[in-house]
Amino acid sequence: MIEISGFTALYIFMLSAFTGYEVISRVPVILHTPMMSGSNFIHGIVLVGAIVVMGSAQSGLEQVIGFIAVALAAGNAVGGYVATVRMLEMFNPKDKKGEA
Amino acid sequence: MDIFIQVVYFVAAILFILGLKKMSSPVTATGGIVWAGIGMVAASLVAFFEPHVFDSTSNVVLIVLAIAVGSGIAYVTAKRVQMTDMPQMIAIYNGMGGGAAAAIAAVELVKMAGDATGTDTGHHLSATAQILAVIGALIGAVSFSGSAIAFAKLQGIMKKTIRLPMHMAINMILFALTLVAGAIIGFGDDVSIQLVLVFFVMALVFGVLFTTPIGGADMPVVISLFNAFTGLAVAFEGFVLGNAAMIIAGTVVGSAGTLLTQLMAKAMNRPISNILFASFGSDGGAAAEEDIEGSMKEIQGTDAAIMMAFAEKVIIVPGYGMAVAQAQHKVSELTKLLEARGVKVMFAIHPVAGRMPGHMNVLLAEAGIDYDKILDLDEVNPEFPMADVALVIGANDVVNPVARSNPDSPIYGMPILDADMAKNCIVIKRGKGSGFSGIENHLFYADNTRMLYGDGQKAVGELITGIKEL
Repeated sequence: MIEISGFTALYIFMLSAFTGYEVISRVPVILHTPMMSGSNFIHGIVLVGAIVVMGSAQSGLEQVIGFIAVALAAGNAVGGYVATVRMLEMFNPKDKKGEA
Repeated sequence: MDIFIQVVYFVAAILFILGLKKMSSPVTATGGIVWAGIGMVAASLVAFFEPHVFDSTSNVVLIVLAIAVGSGIAYVTAKRVQMTDMPQMIAIYNGMGGGAAAAIAAVELVKMAGDATGTDTGHHLSATAQILAVIGALIGAVSFSGSAIAFAKLQGIMKKTIRLPMHMAINMILFALTLVAGAIIGFGDDVSIQLVLVFFVMALVFGVLFTTPIGGADMPVVISLFNAFTGLAVAFEGFVLGNAAMIIAGTVVGSAGTLLTQLMAKAMNRPISNILFASFGSDGGAAAEEDIEGSMKEIQGTDAAIMMAFAEKVIIVPGYGMAVAQAQHKVSELTKLLEARGVKVMFAIHPVAGRMPGHMNVLLAEAGIDYDKILDLDEVNPEFPMADVALVIGANDVVNPVARSNPDSPIYGMPILDADMAKNCIVIKRGKGSGFSGIENHLFYADNTRMLYGDGQKAVGELITGIKEL
């Protein structure tokens, strides 16, 4: 854990917001669904937070909620990844000829 | 060890941004998701080496078990789901992320409550972290229950748009109460477990009530909005946990999702507030119905097949009906048959056709149709007057000329595909009713329109048989 002060966090927040905006503003319409799915996968990073929180759980209640957090986060990450890969595979010209 | 952990998080954050960047082109997209995936696996592995995680072996066992359960279920469902059902699956995975962010906040708040009563030790959040934990919890919980409703609607579990009497007022009051409870928790010196529970229940109910009145046709916008919500919730919990990778990844998704939501709302020519807070099609549709001239004229599959086989140019307009009927492979077969006869075939995709942006593109790509034949609204509209046949498959509102002509219509001003400008228009439709929005479609009554009734797959099958028999 590193110390992130309020203002440092604000700067990170601001720069990341512009990054996200810039990255997605150049996406062609045909990739909007895979893109939404891909960004959905990326916030699966919440799994890291869930592991950290669960790791330091002390009471039974904390463990129960922590367990839910980890399971949901893992579902987000894995489901998001598999769904995105499946969609993107269809845009691969070689695979496409094979299937059709 | 701490330096190593931080380096891995840092690299993961870079991989997420580069991966997202690579995903913005069809050629490099698959590589992009793999990069992001490597970042995710690395970050999750080093998370185990954070301080205190290995303090309790039973917790580590529980973590591994939870990962196995969550990822196992998600892996199987994501592998098995039909492409046409992808939008609701994205909604549910997104909701899980929101729920996880809310649960993280819940654990932190429970720890604080424990700290106050002496049953737990060593947990004290800074004032900023305490407030952000609560805000993240609120956003995450709304995204969780709202996405679950979006899933239920698209999956067909919940068919009606449920509107309580005074729905808007109830929502406002509930939201205000949730904010008050959140403020007491966020600014308070000690945290009461009971109040935290009440807060979460209210936030979850608000997510449900917020989503139920929104019609299925507007779900793409809602799913995209919840995607942005979850991103923000993750970013806030990242601050609480002092994890920069979570802040960066969450914020990037939050802003990207917001932009995507705006793009979609713009394509429908409706402000986001109108989509979220005004229910579509409950009024205005009746007024538009009165002045329809002409009647719906039916056509048989064989006649429609002849019309298309001898055309020079055919534009196919797919909509949600094609997705429901799983007709994309039949459409691909039809395209190949027509092209073999020298007919020029192109596809017209409305930005909000289907239930997600790009939904139709994914299905057509699945069926093996080249993406240079797939045109979007601005490219394809000048082509309609030169087309002999426009074939509309399960699309409705996006081809309704009322959007151009009737200022009283709820969809007036929405850019549409000018299928009515084609010399002939064939509409494949399951029944005679109006579409999702409940607005009568004047295209169906036009002189140059013929209706081919039937499920998309069956109707396109009839066209294929018709052309083969020529």
